[in-house]
Order: sequence, then C-alpha cells, then structure tokens
Amino acid sequence: MTASIAQNGPVATKGAGPSATSASSAIARHRKELGTFAVTIPFFAYTACFLLAPTVIVVVGAFQTRDGGFTLANFAKLFEANTVSAFVTSIVVSIASSVIGAVVGGLASYALVIGAKPNGLLRRMVSAISSVLAQFGGVMLAFAFIATIGINGIGTMLIKTVTGLTVNPNWLSSLSGLVTVYCYFQIPLMIIIFLPAVDSIRPQWREACESLGGNTVQYWTRVALPILAPRFISAFLLLFASAFSAYATAAALFSQRSILVPLMIQGAMRNEMDPNQQGFAQVLAFAMIVVVAIVMLLSHAVEKRAGRWQ
Amino acid sequence: MNATAESRESIEPTGTRPPQLRAARVRRQSVIKFVILFVTLAFLFVPLISMLVFTLRHPLSGRWSLAPWVAIFTGNGESLGADLTVLWQGLGASLALCAVTVVLMLLLMVPTMVIVHIRSKALERAIEWVATLPLTIPAIVLVVGLGPIYRWLSSSLLNTNPIWLCFAYVVLVMPFAFRAIAVGLNSIDVKTLVEASRSLGASWPKVFFRVIIPNLWQSILSASFISIAVVLGEYTVASLLGRMNLQVALYQLGQSNSQISTAMSLLALLFGVVLLVALDLISERVAKSKEGK
Amino acid sequence: MSLAEHNVTAPKADEDAFKNDPTASLDGIRPKDVTAAAKALLKDSTTRGGGIQMQDVVKIYPGATKRALDDFNLDIKPGEMVVLLGGSGCGKSTALRSLAGLEDIQGGRILVGGQDVTGVPVNKREMAMVFQAYSLFPHMTAVENVEFGLEVRGVGRDERRKIAMEQLELVGLADQATKYTQQMSGGQQQRVALARALAIKPRVLLLDEPLSALDAKVRVQLRDEIRRIQLNTGTTTVFVTHDQEEALAVADRIGVMNHGRIEQIAAPQNLYQRPATEYVATFIGLTNRLPGVSNGEEAVVFGQRVPLLPNSKKGDLVAVLVRPENLTLKRTGETDSKVGEHARVEVIHFLGAVARVDCEISTGEYQHWNKGEQLKVTVQLPANELPAGLAVGDDVVVAPRPVAALAC
Repeated sequence: MTASIAQNGPVATKGAGPSATSASSAIARHRKELGTFAVTIPFFAYTACFLLAPTVIVVVGAFQTRDGGFTLANFAKLFEANTVSAFVTSIVVSIASSVIGAVVGGLASYALVIGAKPNGLLRRMVSAISSVLAQFGGVMLAFAFIATIGINGIGTMLIKTVTGLTVNPNWLSSLSGLVTVYCYFQIPLMIIIFLPAVDSIRPQWREACESLGGNTVQYWTRVALPILAPRFISAFLLLFASAFSAYATAAALFSQRSILVPLMIQGAMRNEMDPNQQGFAQVLAFAMIVVVAIVMLLSHAVEKRAGRWQ
Repeated sequence: MNATAESRESIEPTGTRPPQLRAARVRRQSVIKFVILFVTLAFLFVPLISMLVFTLRHPLSGRWSLAPWVAIFTGNGESLGADLTVLWQGLGASLALCAVTVVLMLLLMVPTMVIVHIRSKALERAIEWVATLPLTIPAIVLVVGLGPIYRWLSSSLLNTNPIWLCFAYVVLVMPFAFRAIAVGLNSIDVKTLVEASRSLGASWPKVFFRVIIPNLWQSILSASFISIAVVLGEYTVASLLGRMNLQVALYQLGQSNSQISTAMSLLALLFGVVLLVALDLISERVAKSKEGK
Repeated sequence: MSLAEHNVTAPKADEDAFKNDPTASLDGIRPKDVTAAAKALLKDSTTRGGGIQMQDVVKIYPGATKRALDDFNLDIKPGEMVVLLGGSGCGKSTALRSLAGLEDIQGGRILVGGQDVTGVPVNKREMAMVFQAYSLFPHMTAVENVEFGLEVRGVGRDERRKIAMEQLELVGLADQATKYTQQMSGGQQQRVALARALAIKPRVLLLDEPLSALDAKVRVQLRDEIRRIQLNTGTTTVFVTHDQEEALAVADRIGVMNHGRIEQIAAPQNLYQRPATEYVATFIGLTNRLPGVSNGEEAVVFGQRVPLLPNSKKGDLVAVLVRPENLTLKRTGETDSKVGEHARVEVIHFLGAVARVDCEISTGEYQHWNKGEQLKVTVQLPANELPAGLAVGDDVVVAPRPVAALAC
C-alpha cells in the first residue's frame, strides 16, 4: 500500500520538465492532482465504510419500515412518555454536570496555571490523570463509584460508622447521584480543555490594567472574564456533548434501567427483533445526532464570534 | 540551608520594611489556589483511594488481604473462587486490538497526511474534517449503524473474533491520532525536506522512510500512545456488538468478583496515566525542537 | 496640526480628569491642597506630573541571595525624560517596576511630586506603563484599549471616546481606531499602548523596553515619536532599555545601571565624553584600552600627554580609555612627530562621513598588556582625514589626541 502511494509522486512529476509544452504541462499538473487525490483514496474509502456508512444506516433506518419503505411512523415512539423522560433526564444530567464541571474545572485550571511553573510536576500529573478519567475511564469509573458509595462502598461504610446514617443504595441512580458520577469525568475534561485557554492569559494584561488604575474586580470583569468567555462557553458546550453521549459509565452502573438516552438505545438494540421496536434504535440515535449537531453548531458560532479578535 | 539563611540576612536592609502589598496579594492568591485545588483533587482522588481500599478489604467479612492483587499477578483466582479466564481473554483481545489498531491507523493516516500536507491544502482540510468527525458522532450512535455492517462482515467475510473490532477502533482513535500527527507535521518544514532530499536524488520511498518518518517519530509515537489508551478503555462498541475485550471482561467479572475487577481497573487507570505522562513528555520534546528552529 | 490641537485641549482635559477622579480626595495620597496646587501648576505650565525620588531602594526577590536593587537612588525633575540603561540583569526593569508598584521593595522609599508613594498600590499611583509587548487587551479595539484607563476612572462614554481619539491621533492611528489590536503590526500596537498610557494623563510615564520587540526601522521611527510626544506633553518619563543608541537619542539624562545601582547619571553627551567609571565608558560607544602612565591628572599614552577625567587612577601602568575618534592615524613617513606607535592596517571600514580603521600595533612591547597577543586599536577619522590610498597592510603611526580620558 505504501509503495503504490510512494510511486505516484515521480510518475506524476516526470511530464513537468522545462521542455514540456504548456499543453502537456497542464496535463502533467492534472495528473499530479489526480495522483494526490489517488493517494487519499484508501483513507476516504475506509472512512466511507466505517464512519459514513454507519451514519447513513442510522439516518436511513430512522425513516424505514420493516420492508424498506419510507415512513415517519418510527418517530412516534420518540414522544412516548418513557422516551421523553429519558431525553429530559439525559439533558438535565448533561446540563447540570456540565455547569458544575465547567465552573469547577475552570477554577482548577486557573489554580493550576496562575503563579505556577508552566511545566510543574503537579500540573503534569493532574493533566495526565484528568485525561485518563475524562476520556478513557468508562466502566472503570463506575467501579470507582461502586467502591466509594455503593452498598459495600468504603464511603458508605465510613458514613455509617461515623454518623450512623445509611446511604440509600439507589442514590447513585438518582438524579443527583448521576450528576455526581458524571462530574467525575466532566471536571477532568474541563481541566484538559481549559488549561490552554488559561495559559493564553498574559500577566502583562493584569499589570497593564492595574497601572491604568483598574482594581481586581475591574480586571476580572473587564479584562480576564471577557477574554475567557468564548472559550469557556465552547468548552461548556463540548462538555454537554460529552455527557449527553456518554454510555459506558452509566451502562455499568445500572444495566437494567433505561433512564438515559444511550441506555435506551442499548435496550432498543437488544430488542431489535421485536416488531414493536422497528427502527427505534435508529430514531434515538438520529435524535442524538441532531442534539449533538446543534450543540456543535452553537460552539462553532461562539468560536467564530470570538475569532474577530483572536 | 543555613548558609542561604545567613546570606539572606546579610542582604536584608535594616530598619522598617515598606508595606509588602504584592507579596500580600500573592499570599491571598495562593490560599485561594490551594483551596480550589484541594477540593478538586479530593473529589478526583477519593474514589480512586476508595478503589484501592476496596480491593484490600473484603466487603462482607471486613478482613484485610492482598488476595485480589495476588490473584491478578499469579493469574490464579481460585482462592477467591473466581474464574479469571474471562479477564485474560479480554486483556489478550484488548492488547491485540491495540497493536492491530495502531498499525492500521498509522498505515491509513501517516502516508495520506504527509502527501496531502505537501500537495494540497484543500484535501488536507477535507481530511481534517473527516478525521475529527467521530468527536461529534457519539460512539453509541456509531454502534447502531455498525451493527448491521458487523453482522454482514462476520457472517459472509470474516468471523466473530474480537480482533475485527479494530476497524471500528481506527475510526474512534482517528481524531486523537490526527491531532498528534498534525502537530508534528506543522512543526517541521516537510515540503523543504522533501524537495531537498528529492534534489539529492532520493526516491520517494527513501524520502518517506529515511527522511519524513524519522522527523515525525515523536508525533507517531504520541498518536500510538493515545490510540492505545483509547482502545484499552473502550467499552461501548465491544459490549453492544457482543465482542469480548478488557472492559467487557472487567464488567462481567465485576458481577461475580468486584474486588478483582476493581483492582484490575485501578491497574488499567494507572497504566493510562503512565502512557499519558509519557505522551506529555514527548509533546514537550516536540515543542522544544520546534522552538529550536 | 494635530499636535497644536492637542496642546489647546490638554489643560481642559486635565481639569475634567481631576473632577472625575474618584481617588483625588478619597485617600491620603493626594490631599486637596496638593491637588489644587497641581491643578494650578498644570494651568500655567506645560510641565505636568511631579518629580521622582527613589531613595536607598532595596529590592530582594524571594529566594535570591543578591539584591536586585542595592540602595538604589534616583532623582528625576518634573518633565524630564530619564533613560535607565544597562545589560540584562542589571536591575533596570526592576527599578521601573518598583517605581510603578508592580514589585514590593524591601527598603528605602519612593516619592512622586514630594509624596511618599511607597505603600500606595499600583492602581492608585497614577503612573502609566508601556510594556515590551503583548500588553494590549485583545478583546478590545484600539480605541477601546485607549479608553480603558478613563473607563475605570468613571469618565463618561462620550468624553472618554473624545480623549481616546485625540490620543490615537497624536500617535497617528486615528484611522485604525476600530481595529482589533491583533490585526495591527507590532509598531502600531506599541503606538496604541503609548496612547493608552497617555490618555490617563499619568503623573509619570513608564516605558519598559517598549521598542525591543520591533524591527530596526520602526524602532527608530517610534523612538523619535516617543520623544516628540514626551516633549510636547511634558510628562515626566522613565524609559528602560538595553540599547545605547536608543538611550542616546531620546534621553535628557541617562542613568547607566550595573549590579542594582546607577553607576553614573548624566546628559548623553557628558556620559559619552566624561564617563565616571570603566563600566560606563565601555558600555556606551566604542573604546580602546591603551596602556599608559598616570599621575591622576595626566597620563602618557604612546608618548603623548593626555589629560585625565576625575576619578582617574594613578599608577605606572594603567588602562587609559581612548575613544576611536580621539586617535589620529598618519602614514609612516608622512609625520615627523615624535609621539605615536607604529601599526599595521588590518581592516578599513568606510562608513560614509567617517572611516574606521582597525590596526595592529607593530611593536611586541605591549603583548603583556593584551594577554600575549599583539595590541590592536580602532581609529575613527573623518573621511577626509583618511590618508589617500590607504590599504590593508600599510604601515601607519597611531597617536592619541590630547582629549580628556579616563584612566583605570
């Protein structure tokens, strides 16, 4: 594969010698462009099979009857009570955990950067741990919370011995429990997204502000926060998308209850043979794509607005 | 220590000190910083510490022992009445998947990205767009569409071996790998390198393997590391397609022996941190060599 | 044109600025009577702001074992432009930042206009600083940046827009007012920073290497402009730089700094012609270190009597610091003078109005003086005094002119 790619170059350039007429050099240029395009064929073919095709299957499946005809009937299930409540729960949990994650993670990024060495050990460790918890934790985060606050969790036992109170074993699957679990990857995610933004704050801005007569409050409200705001908002939106599409942690915590959209998709996939469930997984997935796409468009708009001065 | 204190004393002026306004502010700032970091880190570390304690203390009997760790490192879970075959199967599958995914990812991304970087800005942007697309399409959505594809693959072309998950995993790691390689490509002047070596008479394969790859190895390494981390942590696709990997095995084992699966999770998280610290060190070296130029 | 306008409007703007200044009567920094006196002073004089005294200032950075400022003393007259000049780590920026209040000092005191400002926080010191680079707020346009200082003082929207536009016009950027600063060149950004600093009518203008991030050409242009504006507004100014040419071009007086102290502070010409220490003589301009015999008043160098500057050393073998233009060069045989040393021409740099000739002294007598190597000297002559047809390898006679020099 590599060899065929490598040979495209010399073959395509041979015609472009100084003696070539303009017509043949145009052909050579054309061939060179074709050659470059040919090199990208494996990449685009691969992504067509494993990225584009699944997406198309989801979208088409959402509008398909059992025997392949077009229908909008599948969407009716979106408005059934338990589906609506799954969407509401998913969105509420995502918003709450994103707000907490963005604020706490933003503050932590500030604390890691301001007045510290750019490559300090603490910062390095915190960002590595954050990356792992935010992006690769999945099932293991569920174990962490079961070990902490599950029925036999260490936290549960400590609370019982110290205060005599029994933690409700279902607390983890309550709304506040879910938000807490989600914050466990949202805060680290915010830290890794927002650290570069805080890095871009120059100490000269504060000094300039002070020497021009500004006090601390004026520095924050007129300089630092407005500069950080666009990146904070787009980080928040990214956090929302991440929470909304998270599956593994929730699936490991409560496998039997479809209280979130991704868990509902899992259930729908398991019951695909059930005629009542026709196209349901696809419809849910399609709705998720729509929600995430809206969030991404918003984030893009925020970044573009800030792009005026960035 | 004493010497420093003494010499410091000797350079201090006598008489009253003027107000130390800046120092007072730095102190206030560090108190705030400490509180924020303490609370955040406590929240992040309490569950991890709980995991460790949980593996050492039997939940029902309350006895302390190293048994889960012994089981993992000796490979024999009989003392705890656990069958570890599932775990070893999952771990084996995940390690094999790491290798195959990394190789496939590199073959697919590196030559394409290098050539496109030299030849066509438009195609480069197109590839960036496609490669970062999986960030906006949740894995849980992708898996709905991958289901029929994998059903067809396993029945007519391949089999149900978990190794074929690599096709989906290459897509999952693509955004991360793309960024890592793009950083490397932008930090060296590939075009000049290619032109220089072509003018010295090197063939394309030679240019690629002797000039470009050696200059990109740090990026290739970091792309590989981050791909390994993603593959080791992957659960969604494997579990919903009904294939075995490390995370699926951990989940299954967790139903029967949560101590061992918690211990193994802790190990996997630790391994992830080690990988990412290495990644951090590599990218620092890339940044330094870029500054040097 | 724009300058004249600015001068007309300046006193009025001052009065308004004071009216709107919430700090004027709030704290003890500027009692009412002093404010009134300052206002009176501003009305009938172009000089604004006050003089500065930094007295025995000591600055020790946390964890350092050396003083960054070591009993630092500096006295600046109102309306004066003083340049602090020195190599990196000499404490020049520390001095400026201590004056601004951006650094705590561990001893001594700082007075502005006769008032002790040592314990006054930065934002109440009424000084404005221009930094080396990157100090403009990126989310604001040029004019919003200039307005910032007025805004935090509570000046009304229309009023501050008017003042800001005047300031931008002063630095020649009125047509760029609504641009974001990231879209501007480095030179333009520094102009905006200057306008922003001047807009608050600071008592003292502080410039911390404002030109060192710029291209050579822009640097010269902007430096002349800074001086023009400073003379026009009469703002007391402290300018920190490591570039001696910059310092010589803009300063009323230059303070040459070394090891956290000012070695000498004097007008540029004095500093060049009458250096007080070897450090000053070698830091500013080129100089030859020639061996001589000194009695403290006079020295003999290459057989020529040379008068000595105050602070010169006595001794049988001293270094006499002779500027290249204070050496003469004649072709051997074209002079019957008894003084001077024979030398061989090594390089001739023709620089237009002047020529610079590097020579190697022929006699080995001075080898001990130059670490075992032949002694080399640099001579600078007006182009018309350069012997006709002088070429590399020619034998010449080099002698000092009887111009006061420093022996050390």
